Amino acid sequence: MAEYLVCSEDEIADGGRKVVACGEREIGIFRVKGALHAWHNMCPHRQGPICQGRIYPEVVEPVDDKGEVRTLQYNEENMHVACPWHGWEFNLETGRNAGPAKYRLHRAELAIREGQIYVVL
Amino acid sequence: MDISNKDRARELPVQQIDVFTDTRDILAHANRAARKRGFEDWLICDVDAHHTETISWHELVQYIEDPVIRHQAMLFHDEKMGTASYGLNGDMGLKYQDVGGRIPHQAGIREKVDDGGVHRDVTLSRRAMSALGVDYMVLFPTPMLTLGLHPQPEMEVYLGRAYNRWLIDKVLTKDDRLKTLAYLPFNVPKEAERTIEEFAGQPGVIGFCVPSVRHKAVHHNDYMRIYAMLEERNLPIAFHAAYHWQDQSLATINRFLGMHALGFVWCNMVHMTNWILNGIPERFPKLKSIWVESGLAWIPFLMQRLDDQYLMRPSEAPQLKKLPSEYMRENCWYTTQPMETVNMKALQLTLEMINAESQLLFASDWPHFDFDLPQEIYDLPFLSEQAKRNILGLNAAKLFNLDPTPRKTL
Repeated sequence: MAEYLVCSEDEIADGGRKVVACGEREIGIFRVKGALHAWHNMCPHRQGPICQGRIYPEVVEPVDDKGEVRTLQYNEENMHVACPWHGWEFNLETGRNAGPAKYRLHRAELAIREGQIYVVL
Repeated sequence: MDISNKDRARELPVQQIDVFTDTRDILAHANRAARKRGFEDWLICDVDAHHTETISWHELVQYIEDPVIRHQAMLFHDEKMGTASYGLNGDMGLKYQDVGGRIPHQAGIREKVDDGGVHRDVTLSRRAMSALGVDYMVLFPTPMLTLGLHPQPEMEVYLGRAYNRWLIDKVLTKDDRLKTLAYLPFNVPKEAERTIEEFAGQPGVIGFCVPSVRHKAVHHNDYMRIYAMLEERNLPIAFHAAYHWQDQSLATINRFLGMHALGFVWCNMVHMTNWILNGIPERFPKLKSIWVESGLAWIPFLMQRLDDQYLMRPSEAPQLKKLPSEYMRENCWYTTQPMETVNMKALQLTLEMINAESQLLFASDWPHFDFDLPQEIYDLPFLSEQAKRNILGLNAAKLFNLDPTPRKTL
């Protein structure tokens, strides 16, 4: 097991990220709703650089009690990262795909000591 | 705890990929994958990649043959503001390919290009080839793919010829790994014949392309001379698919996902149906047709559908001596992209049905949103190494008479 020092905790603000190389592997560390989440920078679709993608709220389409729809909306409760290669989207907190749950990001372990963030591989 | 430099994570220079990111950074993972798989020794021909010719439209219009139209076009670009490219029809703002900015390289490639000696598109194509591990790249235009629906047939002639001349002059003569299937103004058959006469044998021209979005019957007698000319010269004809929001058969579709999924297939399904049922492969048995950018899943469907119907109604297709699917397997070539991979069993059967070992040609479609990588062919578990080598490059080398020796450095 190897540890890689990333940065101090306060360097990643809420909604921010840091994408780093730890030896041969790349890891994206994101802060969402105050908590840190780390994912391997490898989209399960075609191994694209998922962690370097744009971040969007989940898109939802509310259906009213008549079964009708009017607008698309953003759901800020679920923040997604979209792979810049082909657009596959994943929830930044759970790593789950926006569609089928069988597609997931691969989580990386973090350790926080004395205000410093470490990736543990 | 002491942390040596060796144990420090290194921040990647690109934290978020956007339209200004260098192609080599966007495709860094692809390059790593190519090296890991030893593509250095594999011939890889990318039979369908794109550039955005409208970025250079002010240059391109200077190649219009007609002096009056050329003058108009040049003034248009010098003086008009807030307009589209001169003479070009198309979907204007209905271009949602980048999924609302999620796929920036589809929205625009605005990276720094400072190779003063060559055109921007040469540099960008070289960067993509190097990153993907490609030896030869066949370039197609992008907005011009809907010129077949232009209300002025002569405009397809003017702009198609200008594009061919501009591309050869500015791009193809600068790097012999870049090729094209020259634009054929199919709505004006006599001009299409003239185009073959003029451009066959020109640098980088390895065949001709009919953009598929058009309402013209490929079996009309007017086109037989074109097919004979291409067969005689041993040059393939490609039907490059696209979509168009004004297609009435797709008028109810409101999401780009649906439009793209159907539009890019529908146009080629119609042309292929006419191509086969009217016996074009019987009339021109050595003419090689390539069906570009419709993916692969449509082919088994159409094969089965046409075979079943043909056996019930052979009198309506009297030129056929074998099943439609046999012509589709023996006389037609297909590009891979966008290869449908969610159901691998279906993909395996598809490749068997089309005789992929000899008929399938790798295509990336870079830089579009659904681009494919060579590794997707290499990683298929059910293909032999020889089949993979054929699909990735050797089939194209044979079809286009290219030197099969790999030329890239990874």
